[in-house]
Amino acid sequence: MSDLNQRVQSRLETPAEARNEHGHHLGGPADAVEHIEGRKFNIDTVEHAAATPDTPLPWAELGLKEDEYNRVVEILGRRPTAAELAMYSVMWSEHCSYKSSKVHLRQFGDKVTEEMKKDMLVGIGENAGVTNLGDGWAVTFKVESHNHPSFVEPYQGAATGIGGIVRDIISMGARPVAVMDPLRFGAVDHPDTARLVHGIVAGIGGYGNSLGLPNIGGEVVFDSVYQGNPLVNALAVGVMRHEDIRLANASGAGNKVVLFGARTGGDGIGGASVLASESFDDSKPAKRPAVQVGDPFAEKVLIECCLELFKASVVEGIQDLGAAGISCATSELASNGDGGMHIELTSVLLRDPTLTPGEILMSESQERMMAVVTPQNVEAFEAILAKWNVEYSWLGEVTGTGRLIIDWNGETIVDVDPRTVAHEGPVYERPYHRPEWLDGVQADAFAGSAADASRPASGEELKAAVLELMASPNMCAKDWITNQYDRYVRGNTALAMPDDAGVIRVDETTGMGVALSTDCNGRYAYLDPYTGAQLALAESYRNVATAGAVPMAVTDCLNFGSPEDPEVMWQFAEAVRGLSDACMTLGVPVTGGNVSLYNQTGGVAIHPTPVVGVLGKFDDVARRTPSGWREDGQAIYLMGTTRDELDGSEWANLRGHLGGKPPVLDLAAEKLLGELLINASRDGMIDAAHDLSEGGLAAALSEMALRFGVGARIGLGELCERDGVDLFTALFSESQARAVVAVARSEEVRFKDMCTARGFAHLRIGVVDTQNEALDFQGQFSLPLAELKEAHEGTLPKYFA
Amino acid sequence: MPRIIVDVMPKPEILDPQGKAIAGALQRLGQTGFSAVRQGKRFELTVDGEVTEEVLEQARHAAVTLLSNPVIEDVTRVEVVKDATIGVSE
Amino acid sequence: MSETPLIGDFSPAPDAGLSGARIGVITFPGTLDDADAARAVRLAGGTAVSLWHGDHDLQGVDAVILPGGFSYGDYLRAGAISRFAPVMEQVVDGAKGGLPVLGICNGFQVLTEAHLLPGSMIKNNHLHFVCRDQKLRVENNSTAWTAEYAAGSEIVVPLKNQDGQYVADEKTLDELEGEGRVVFRYVDVNPNGSRRDIAGITNAAGNVVGLMPHPEHAVEAGYGPDSSAFGPVGVRGGTDGLGMFTSVLKKIVGAN
Repeated sequence: MSDLNQRVQSRLETPAEARNEHGHHLGGPADAVEHIEGRKFNIDTVEHAAATPDTPLPWAELGLKEDEYNRVVEILGRRPTAAELAMYSVMWSEHCSYKSSKVHLRQFGDKVTEEMKKDMLVGIGENAGVTNLGDGWAVTFKVESHNHPSFVEPYQGAATGIGGIVRDIISMGARPVAVMDPLRFGAVDHPDTARLVHGIVAGIGGYGNSLGLPNIGGEVVFDSVYQGNPLVNALAVGVMRHEDIRLANASGAGNKVVLFGARTGGDGIGGASVLASESFDDSKPAKRPAVQVGDPFAEKVLIECCLELFKASVVEGIQDLGAAGISCATSELASNGDGGMHIELTSVLLRDPTLTPGEILMSESQERMMAVVTPQNVEAFEAILAKWNVEYSWLGEVTGTGRLIIDWNGETIVDVDPRTVAHEGPVYERPYHRPEWLDGVQADAFAGSAADASRPASGEELKAAVLELMASPNMCAKDWITNQYDRYVRGNTALAMPDDAGVIRVDETTGMGVALSTDCNGRYAYLDPYTGAQLALAESYRNVATAGAVPMAVTDCLNFGSPEDPEVMWQFAEAVRGLSDACMTLGVPVTGGNVSLYNQTGGVAIHPTPVVGVLGKFDDVARRTPSGWREDGQAIYLMGTTRDELDGSEWANLRGHLGGKPPVLDLAAEKLLGELLINASRDGMIDAAHDLSEGGLAAALSEMALRFGVGARIGLGELCERDGVDLFTALFSESQARAVVAVARSEEVRFKDMCTARGFAHLRIGVVDTQNEALDFQGQFSLPLAELKEAHEGTLPKYFA
Repeated sequence: MPRIIVDVMPKPEILDPQGKAIAGALQRLGQTGFSAVRQGKRFELTVDGEVTEEVLEQARHAAVTLLSNPVIEDVTRVEVVKDATIGVSE
Repeated sequence: MSETPLIGDFSPAPDAGLSGARIGVITFPGTLDDADAARAVRLAGGTAVSLWHGDHDLQGVDAVILPGGFSYGDYLRAGAISRFAPVMEQVVDGAKGGLPVLGICNGFQVLTEAHLLPGSMIKNNHLHFVCRDQKLRVENNSTAWTAEYAAGSEIVVPLKNQDGQYVADEKTLDELEGEGRVVFRYVDVNPNGSRRDIAGITNAAGNVVGLMPHPEHAVEAGYGPDSSAFGPVGVRGGTDGLGMFTSVLKKIVGAN
């Protein structure tokens, strides 16, 4: 058994103790709380807390720092009750409060022009942002992480990641219409990687397929830097009519508060504060609590039930229950509303009747929603829940007191200002500084390094290099994974993997729809986090434009190591600064996202991985551009300029080298390229387009040929001459702002005129050839498609099938 | 040939969606005598020859490492049964 | 609030002539492809009628589709709980009286659990969910749902399932073969280990058909498979599944 397996095993054996420990602590101080017959508790009431100021509380075990605890005492003017302590500790955790990242994230809201706000109907801060699509339609999308839970229990961790992001989308009033999954695993041949790949892929499929949501894209990256910290990010997108937009607020005194969906059990207790906020460390005893288990059937029923509730206009405000469960839902609903809230906690339907009040408040049981309903609508609400056979219980009502009051059998156990729980948590200005090692890393360019000793030059060597690249774990076909996801359900999928972006039709009358892509190259971000984050945005933006859609909005999932490490914190600060600057330049606002910190094991952090999702709009998805050519004789053009840029590239990665500086970023060129690709798509000039990113031109041409199994004759002599690069560099450089397109013969003049008029470099590099089943690099080498396909498709089955 | 039976059940505190769906169906079908259902798994490990303590120990090990996921499941039984068809008597 | 269509509820103008035929699409809890099946009916020219699992009412429809999905999560066995839904009493009675009934994927599983069709589906032999564009051969074009296809012709439709391996005892399989009741067979690749490459079957009368692949996902150019068995098509342009829906509509209209 490997060290890692042993470590996993030792963690897996401790949940019972861990949970008991929590049960004791969460019940409250020993003198105030004890179990009687396993069901009744002597409750730590507000009154009792005021009378016993010196009772010691387990705030440190719950993850609060001493000054944070003191601040709670100061806010309340007394010691917190056990239940209040549970709420504050979980809501003030890194995961829920964004206390380390908040000061930086503000830039996403500050660096925004009026033009960028034009189509933003709901911005950052709600469950997910909402963007106007016109004709009364709106779209909401967001990407979130479920990294740590997926390492501990891959199937359930990944499954509940999908469940959580989909509930965020529902709670905005939208019908979820698609999901995507950016995934990062450790080395492809590491013994623990197969455990994670099998569990995570099956979990995403098992949950997403059962919800009836097409999976239309994502990423799969293998890199040993993610060995102990795989990244499982999940994106969901939903659509709605403007009038259906719902917000998470509790307004109108006298309105009823209802909890519905699954019953509350001991799932993931403390998960929000403990599991997501502390990195795995062998030296400390494991505090891992019970794992959350997902029930996709319950969630599917919940989706349809909620949509019927929205259609009938019987809910005023709604909030999904995710991290921090009822603590989060009640405090957020109350603090976003105009009054207060008063609920009776014993009204919560329980799966496990032994749960203490603190545990009920912290439980992360899945597939639950909380809503605010006017008294007149109670009957209609109950009828819809009965139709869908969904359980519910009325917990209390909205008040005008400005306080969140929670009772247990009529005795008050929580009496707080909800804003102090939900929004006024601690904010840290964590120290950060540029790592000293970075200069050395940036000085270590690939060209001329030992790793670059045997650079392919002859035709045969280049052919072997292309085959090696296309069979490598990061560049190989991902069909073995994506074929385990349903891409057809709902009948609106216009493009999916392996095309540049996923495309979904929104309006069946007009064909209006959206395109989505997620991207990030963690190696670029490691070499330069400011530029790396911008390059992630540039690639995602380029992918959406390559499919033919106009980029409109951004979501991000910022995966980093420990914020307590000043060098990691610098990476984070630089990435946020870079991404927000680039969003402003490209004119696309960030509408929502997620931060995942502490992705490190034994002091080693992952590469900074700011995953960026871009959403674009089509007036008619019939105009979308696929990533492969099919028509014999069409001209193949390379748009953009190729530089000698191999640092951080996939080729350097294959040779085990990571150093130098990432490719040059030119956002003006990206924007112009995007406009040209969108115009060419609208005007029917191009029949295929593919962006150039990892693996450069070699990867793009290979993928375009394999998409429909159609070959081409390629000549790169003129390119090498024009851009002053050798053939190897022309094929493997990862210069940005480039794309390959296939142009119909009748459109060639118009296409060239368009590029020339806008001053954008373009060069005819070949012609589609349906007869010769090969990529023929004329005068150099010929790559039979069968050989390329075998290399490209064989890798994942070899390791995982 | 003797077999070793291994029963695996979802941990009591863990949600069991399968059991929940079946319990609901029983109620709707009017079979209301049951207050809850939990669905587990049964494995039958066939042994060539005698079940020694060593083999049984292997089965116990397999039960907690491979056959169950200790994060969400408990092994509730590891027991030897003699197969009647080959006429082994106690 | 305006009555706006949720995604998938939009109806294009039906072809004149077939629109009088009304085809019910049942929604069970956990059904996923009901909007797709209804769209397929409309694109073929018919009128789709939503039916609810909890009602003892087929609303006088001329045919019924049990669509794909994971009803009740497929938690006990696929289709095992849905077969007891109230509406299934009317479906079983109707089927015995000659009502055309089509079960797709989970719907096929419900029909076998309800004993309207023989055999059963178990987990795919490779144990993974699989989604692929699948070639099928139409072995029997005399059923209510396949008359528009030439016997022996091939079609490409999506396949997506977890429990899609068709199994039955040898006697049942021999009977199905002998009576010509194998309607669809997998071609090139058997994607799930189904006995004798069986993808779909019918009852003796030919009115009840069940199949694992999804013809309703190959009815609209632009949103179907990338290929067709009938010749080159555009990107996601395959519509080979449409014939199943026009088959039943023409049969209904012709009989009226």
